[in-house]
Amino acid sequence: MSAGLNLTLHVWRQAGPNAAGRMVDYKATDISPEMSFLEMLDVVNERLIESGGDPIAFDHDCREGICGMCGVMINGAAHGPMKLTTACQLHMRTFKDGDEITIEPWRAAGFPVVRDLVVDRSALDRIIQAGGYISAPTGSAQDANALPIPKQDADEAMDAAACIGCGACVAACPNSSASLFTSAKITHLGKLPQGQPERYRRALSMVAQMDLEGFGGCTLFGECQEACPKGISIDSITQMNRDYLWASLTKREEKKVAGAG
Amino acid sequence: MGALGKFWESSVGKKIVMGVTGVILVGFVIGHMAGNLQFFAGADRYNAYARLLKHDIIELTWIVRGTLIVSVILHVTAAYQLTMRNRAARPADYALREPQVSTYASRTMRWGGVYLLVFLLYHIGHFTTGWFHPAFSETGTWGNVAIAFKSVPVALFYLGAMALLALHLYHGIWACARTLGFARPSANPLQRRIALVLAIVVSVGFSLLPLSVVLGFVR
Ligand code: HEM
Ligand code: FES
Repeated sequence: MSAGLNLTLHVWRQAGPNAAGRMVDYKATDISPEMSFLEMLDVVNERLIESGGDPIAFDHDCREGICGMCGVMINGAAHGPMKLTTACQLHMRTFKDGDEITIEPWRAAGFPVVRDLVVDRSALDRIIQAGGYISAPTGSAQDANALPIPKQDADEAMDAAACIGCGACVAACPNSSASLFTSAKITHLGKLPQGQPERYRRALSMVAQMDLEGFGGCTLFGECQEACPKGISIDSITQMNRDYLWASLTKREEKKVAGAG
Repeated sequence: MGALGKFWESSVGKKIVMGVTGVILVGFVIGHMAGNLQFFAGADRYNAYARLLKHDIIELTWIVRGTLIVSVILHVTAAYQLTMRNRAARPADYALREPQVSTYASRTMRWGGVYLLVFLLYHIGHFTTGWFHPAFSETGTWGNVAIAFKSVPVALFYLGAMALLALHLYHGIWACARTLGFARPSANPLQRRIALVLAIVVSVGFSLLPLSVVLGFVR
């Protein structure tokens, strides 16, 4: 095993949603390079508890890069310096002995801080609720191959469906825009036949909810795509804009009385 | 709220308005630049071209002017409102945030746009109405240009605007294809060759006028 790392952490500490926060410095000594970033924080927290201090609150769940809970800003980059990697899958071998590491929560009006590094990301859930679903009729399941889907479409839908909802796109965006998140869902469903009936209504209602949650607008800086641990492309934002434009041009008034039947 | 109001209120709708007006303005700058190159064909040719626009087809000119004025107002209003929205979306900023892939051009859209607006107002007062011109002549457009750019500060102000226009176009033309939804999915969506070529052609084409005068090639 290689020698331990001695690091200086600058961590955002905030006791509660309405408390004033500040950056606090911690020494993290003898950290194994084999540890994940969260394990490093675990060690720092154990030592803090032993010395009677208050542990640093951070979100996590699966610790294997699939649940999307663990995002923090590490040295100015969402999920840290490694591409296509969540904070829980980032390893301390990425850092050098003597490094200073700044750790901050996601910063956005739509993501209020709960405590320390933990933010409330339920705004993303509400964007999904606004239209990120399909209506499936009940009955026995159809044969999977009854609906032919071009491979390109299936691939693009799958790529967009890889979103784990971590919020790194919002965090990395200079405008705190949730466009990559929202558009990934719109692309995922809009590329598949099952998503067609609600496709245009979905674009309108999800964009409306995204705005309502206080996220910024897209100016195509491209930072979201770089920050995304799942490599979702800004091409999905193009898709969202196209669907939104088409939906606005073709929108029909809803009938007062639903179709008799 | 009507459908149009909802569209304008939405961040995506407002951005689409910027894209559509942006296309109109890009079309204008390409045409304006190409027309301006007649400066190098001599005073007679250039003055005749000015006379064509300001006299022979003045009705058409006014239609174009009207479209451009409306476009600029919508473009700038949307830019301002979106910028305010984006600022409000991050009430507490990071102690440290490192831009990873965003271009310098994308980060100069706002103040670069403001410079271009100031430039635009000065430019109209300079060569169209003559308010800011030391020796303006209604019929001697070639001379107006040749005299104006003998002043080094004026030439520099124009060249600065053209540099910022290049940056604005480099990001704007590429962004536009995505905002309006006609860009094809790509393995490398950050690449922008067409925008690069157009940005260079337009800004270099314009810059040839002040450069040639201030460096003494045209007198
Ligand atoms: C007059 C003052 C101007 C201001 C304040 C301004 C501001 C802006 C801003 C803030 C953006 C959005 C930036 C982004 O997407 O990151 C933008 C985009 C753009 N601008 Fe301007 N601009 C101005 C003039 C112009 C001019 C003269 C042109 C034409 C040559 C132009 C063409 C564009 C285009 C094509 C876009 C892209 C729109 C899109 O993303 O779909 N702008 N402008
Ligand atoms: S903890 Fe689940 S993705 Fe990091």
